[in-house]
Amino acid sequence: MQKKNIQGEFLLKGGEIVDPYNDSIEKKDILIEKGRIKKIGKDIKEDGEIKIIDVKGLKISPGFVDLHTHLREPGQEDAETIASGARAALAGGFTRICCMPNTTPSISTQESVQFIINKARNLDVKVMPIASITKDRKGEQLTEFAELAKTGAVAFSDDGNPVESAQMMRNALEYSKIVDMPILNHSEDQDLKNDGLINEGSVSTSTGLPGNPAMAEEIMIYRDLRIAEFTGARLHIPHVTTKGSVELIRKAKEKGVKVTAEVTPHHITLTDEYMRSFNTLGKVAPPLRSEDDKEALIEGLKDGTIDAIATDHAPHTYNKKETSLDLAANGMIGLESALGLVLTQLLHKEEMPLMEVIKKLTIKPADIINKKLPCFQKGEKAEFTIFSPDEWWVFNKKSIYSRSSNTPFIGRELNGRVKKVVIGSKVIEI
Amino acid sequence: MSLSIDNLYGLEGVPKADIDQILDTAFSFREVLERPVKKVPTLKGTTVVNLFFEPSTRTKNSFALAEKRLSADTVNFSAASSSLKKGESLKDTIQNLFAMKMDVVVMRHPTPGSVKMLGDFVDAVIINAGDGTHEHPTQALLDMMSIKEKFGKLEDLNITIVGDIKHSRVALSNIYGLKTMGANVMLCAPPTFLPAEVDSLGVEVTYDINEALEFADAVNVLRIQNERQGKGLIPSLREYRQTFGITRDRLEKLKKPITIMHPGPMNRQVEIDSEIADGENAIILDQVLNGVAIRMAVLFLLSGN
Amino acid sequence: MNFITKKTVADSKTLNRMLTRLSHEIIEKCKGIEDLAIVGIRTRGEYLAKRISKEIERIEKKEIPVGILDVVMYRDDFRNKNKLPRVKVTEIPFDVARKKLILVDDVIYTGRTIRAALDAITDLGRPASIKLAVLIDRGHREMPIMPNFIGKEFKTASNEEIRVRVKEIDSKDEILLVEANDQDTE
Repeated sequence: MQKKNIQGEFLLKGGEIVDPYNDSIEKKDILIEKGRIKKIGKDIKEDGEIKIIDVKGLKISPGFVDLHTHLREPGQEDAETIASGARAALAGGFTRICCMPNTTPSISTQESVQFIINKARNLDVKVMPIASITKDRKGEQLTEFAELAKTGAVAFSDDGNPVESAQMMRNALEYSKIVDMPILNHSEDQDLKNDGLINEGSVSTSTGLPGNPAMAEEIMIYRDLRIAEFTGARLHIPHVTTKGSVELIRKAKEKGVKVTAEVTPHHITLTDEYMRSFNTLGKVAPPLRSEDDKEALIEGLKDGTIDAIATDHAPHTYNKKETSLDLAANGMIGLESALGLVLTQLLHKEEMPLMEVIKKLTIKPADIINKKLPCFQKGEKAEFTIFSPDEWWVFNKKSIYSRSSNTPFIGRELNGRVKKVVIGSKVIEI
Repeated sequence: MSLSIDNLYGLEGVPKADIDQILDTAFSFREVLERPVKKVPTLKGTTVVNLFFEPSTRTKNSFALAEKRLSADTVNFSAASSSLKKGESLKDTIQNLFAMKMDVVVMRHPTPGSVKMLGDFVDAVIINAGDGTHEHPTQALLDMMSIKEKFGKLEDLNITIVGDIKHSRVALSNIYGLKTMGANVMLCAPPTFLPAEVDSLGVEVTYDINEALEFADAVNVLRIQNERQGKGLIPSLREYRQTFGITRDRLEKLKKPITIMHPGPMNRQVEIDSEIADGENAIILDQVLNGVAIRMAVLFLLSGN
Repeated sequence: MNFITKKTVADSKTLNRMLTRLSHEIIEKCKGIEDLAIVGIRTRGEYLAKRISKEIERIEKKEIPVGILDVVMYRDDFRNKNKLPRVKVTEIPFDVARKKLILVDDVIYTGRTIRAALDAITDLGRPASIKLAVLIDRGHREMPIMPNFIGKEFKTASNEEIRVRVKEIDSKDEILLVEANDQDTE
């Protein structure tokens, strides 16, 4: 990764702009001065003084937004820091990331929200904290939504733990209406999940690994949808993994429930078949599901039931993964491989239109946290991700900027790769 | 004449020729066990480590005896896996041990897949002595050896497995092995003791113990663990015995004798009646002796590779 | 394994004559057949032992106990080989203690098989004496072991091998000199 801060004007020449706000893909050049768009149009004449950045054959989209990143600071800086996570984000083309509150201490107070914001102030990537729903994620007492929102929290979640009490979930959703921000609930009924380590099905049966049934997720999603419907509050469902969940969300949307949902790149790429290897790198929560589930998730992305793609980037040090499956931590890193996986699966295999895929990485997640991204107009801030939609490459250790490297995708062939990120007057070569 | 496998992680995917050779070799080692000097120098100079992360008496003793009979040098390492929770990774524990140069590892661990993971960390022959609810291949091999000893073959025999299939590594390894050898397998258990999509294992399933016994040439009776009723999986041991127990009354009603097996330790009068366990059709003690022979065969064949 | 037959060392008639002669020598050297027992080493030694015992029975009109010894478990070289030899059962249906044992094998080469056989026998008990009878001594000894009864000495190169074939399992009796590309002897 190489970062250049360019003094004076520079021209992005020869690229195609993927503009999700206008639903257009057009070949246009962009002239940038002092970090803002000075001019945008076809074949901008080059002046001898201007630095030219050749982006021929590449696509330019708004910087990606990740709704679901685990930065391990404070508490587990050996696995990830805010700064290292932000670098991983840049490598993946993400210019804005929402960090989850399951740190130590958890992001439950104004001070901890402020801590994140201070730490991230001088980074190129914008880090937006998601505060916890309940104090210390214990499910007992609501956090101060209004005060936390004022400080900079963009949503609320106890991620990693579900809000087990239905009454508490009702209170959270009802109370969230004063800030008009979504509540994200990690949906896994702990009782039904039992000691499950992988999806319950033929793979759990033939490997003897304890199963975690799809209904553990679906039952809690159903509960939350009913509460959202009843309260009229905004529910966002993170990392949806089952066919049944997609169907529940689809029906709820038809009824007008204020619900949005995300899926991870790994749940649309891998299935529980991977766990026949017993590799702890495939241990995630919720678990990798069946082929049927995977297909339903992709269908949900296509028909709009699923709004966004979010990485659930979850760094862990080696010793948390190089142990038996029951003791191994849940999660995999995901920022750096996200675009490659998503384009390989959705654009190349499933032939989903590029525009639709890009929306799910940009304006859709931004909408969910009430943000508007800079667009392709004169005077707007320059914040773009420049990528090749087709480039064939092999994801490897060098592709990783996170402090951790817990991913099953090392060695995987991908089609589609982030080439550059432009933030203000900075051009970052990936 | 060598095995196609390098390690014994489980019986899933192990070809018939390999199983045949292990069984044949084990029958030869059985003869050694009946000699006045029950020891051969075959594995002299080979170091075997017995790595047990879970308490075990029977399997551990059986392996220990097999190793001694083959003149191997042995090291025993027992640790509750709880000590691994204190921040030491499984990898560290194992690599530490392997810095001392081991040739063969016999490993038991409470978590499925842990034995296979070990194979990625060290350069040694690895034998699974039971990994949680996954596989227990030497147990299934000794079960198959005992059946073969009794019937002279495995092909086309009908074998019933009764008990807590879902939480049993013995059942899973038996299913894989018996299917490979061409036997027909029927499972009989309460639904709460059966895993999801059990049909995918290529077995027949019934909740009716009489049907299962009617089907069987031999029945492998699994131990019912007392704590299962605490978890609400079965209402009571009494109900289990009444509904699934291998009782004298049930067997007397059948028109044919059935060979009775049990991997031990038995809960007499729960899953099996004492008269049956000690009766003429039980081969439970043969299983124990065959266990040593099978483990000798596996140690010999794998360390020769 | 690929091998080419170079020469017939002995045909059926010669082979059987050797066995007859060996039987007579055994009776003579052992000063009778009191406590005599024959033990053949798997695989070919088993059949040769059975024939020798039959021959002695024919001469002496008394049954001689025969056993079969499998020495694979006692070999010191099984791990050096590309192929693992199959372990078979040792079948010695008599008590070896105080017996005058005659070990029978087809070919003696390095002497390691016999060394393994001696270990195997001593694990079974303490015979009064052990003597060794072989059809062919092909030289190249790596151990201080000498047969007491030899059918024929036949010097070979180390890339050559002696193949003793017996009619019980090979359809005919003969002894061949073969040249092996891939060395392996039992």
